[in-house]
Amino acid sequence: MKASRVAWLFLAPALLVLAVFFLLPVLVALALSFTDYDLYALADLHNLRFVALGNYWVLLHRPQFWAALGHTFYFVGMGVPLSLAASLGAALLLHSPLARCKAFFRTALFAPVVTTAVATAVVWRYLFNTKYGWANHLLGMFGIHPVDWLGDPHWAMPTIILFAVWKNFGYNMIILLAGLQAVPAELYEAACIDGASAWRQFRHITLPMLGPTLLMVAILTVSGYFQLFAEPYVMTEGGPLESTTSVLYLMYEDGFQWWNLGVATAEAFVLFLVMFAVTAAMLRLSRKAVA
Amino acid sequence: MNPRLAKALINGLLLGGAAVALFPLLWMLAVSFMPSGTSNALPPPLWPAHPVLDNYRQLFGHAGMGRYLLNSLLISGAITLLSLVFNLLAGYAFAKLCFTGREQLFRMLLGLLVVPAQVAMLPLFLMFKYAGLVDTYVGVVLPGTASVLGIFLVRQYARGLPDELLEAARIDGAGELHIFVRIVLPLLRPVVATLAILTFLTAWNDFMWPLIELTGQGHYTLPLGLASMAREHTEGTEQMMAGSVLTVVPVLALFLAMQRHYLDGLLLGSVKG
Repeated sequence: MKASRVAWLFLAPALLVLAVFFLLPVLVALALSFTDYDLYALADLHNLRFVALGNYWVLLHRPQFWAALGHTFYFVGMGVPLSLAASLGAALLLHSPLARCKAFFRTALFAPVVTTAVATAVVWRYLFNTKYGWANHLLGMFGIHPVDWLGDPHWAMPTIILFAVWKNFGYNMIILLAGLQAVPAELYEAACIDGASAWRQFRHITLPMLGPTLLMVAILTVSGYFQLFAEPYVMTEGGPLESTTSVLYLMYEDGFQWWNLGVATAEAFVLFLVMFAVTAAMLRLSRKAVA
Repeated sequence: MNPRLAKALINGLLLGGAAVALFPLLWMLAVSFMPSGTSNALPPPLWPAHPVLDNYRQLFGHAGMGRYLLNSLLISGAITLLSLVFNLLAGYAFAKLCFTGREQLFRMLLGLLVVPAQVAMLPLFLMFKYAGLVDTYVGVVLPGTASVLGIFLVRQYARGLPDELLEAARIDGAGELHIFVRIVLPLLRPVVATLAILTFLTAWNDFMWPLIELTGQGHYTLPLGLASMAREHTEGTEQMMAGSVLTVVPVLALFLAMQRHYLDGLLLGSVKG
């Protein structure tokens, strides 16, 4: 009896914080998404009305929302495979017994991860400046015409994807490197004796042994990339022509520029459901692939 | 493949990768020392011909970055300290103290990880608005003072502590708080360091919640100040780079100093499957 009271006292501060500042707001968010909470309700709560699924219905018929969802999927669909490929490539290089100065390379490749996204996004804005940026200068050396990276609706999102890959690949690189180091060396020795080529060793030993780690890393990256916000906020302000407006960016604008908090919370929940569905589907597909 | 060729290829690729990873950071540092307006030239200069500190001086003088720097330190420091205490207590309780429903409660906590934090932000803002906490240090710090991942990290580590040690202390009549402070905490030192640096970096780099919560410039953190300067397009390239250096260097230095603890935490946090 006394022991369990002590336990609850130890738990109390953390549980209280999580309950009051996370669980409760999530439940309130669900309730808010069924109301027309807007500027009038903010001024006087008596103006608040229950609209049931009205906000969700409105979202389904709003081209702007579908566009934002599309941009977010574009970012996730392109950004996650590129990030994972870069992470896996870097991890394989670092894992190679032929690599020199491993500690230095690991730190250098990881450095962008710990930097502040807002600050490095500002740096990239200047590196991808149409006139004075290094990106166009380098392309110019190969005779390629300057690209209006952040001003052209076709190029703005790819530029943000490139930034995200640069910023994030080091994180998964570390996890995959640990996964590679956990693969028993005997497997490779045996394969070597059987005369398996480097590619076949990668295909039939490394990838299967790394499978669970890759899946976990992929799921975490997907849910992280769905939360795209700071990059367009700093680099493009959602533009040009709203081509980089993500769901969260739209939510932020609807919520804090137009004070349509009912609609904005509905957007947050749709994003949550989409993320849940996508990660659940990834888990199912991978189970099927194994079975 | 010829082993010497393979070796050259692998190290060449690593060198190229490191160059791509570091170039934007080094360029940022170089431009921050260039006199105003000189970086916008063709070909774009890589090195300040006449390095100056004007950009930094102006940032602290006019742009109020000194205030943002202090805010960032204060907010990240407070979040780190409080969340260390709360997460350590809770993580230890989940690992070593007995109470009914322990495993179920812990699984419920892990379930919270599925919900993206942004879902809670709009109502949290409203709650704080009615409580008079919008645009306050308390409001920006409080939601960060406990985290499921932090509790998970401590629990993972604390489960490895020997039960006999705790039992022996209990038989000697030591109180639970005494045991926690005198016996458990010293043994948890590695995870304390890991958690401290992970939390501090996350808090320092955090953007969306401070952006929503801190509506006045007086409470701005460095990322907020920098983002607002970037969107107003009023400062020159060199000054923006100085601002970026000021934002990035503290966390980069902290990471370099405590790299092992940081990477340990990253790996420990990723084995939850």
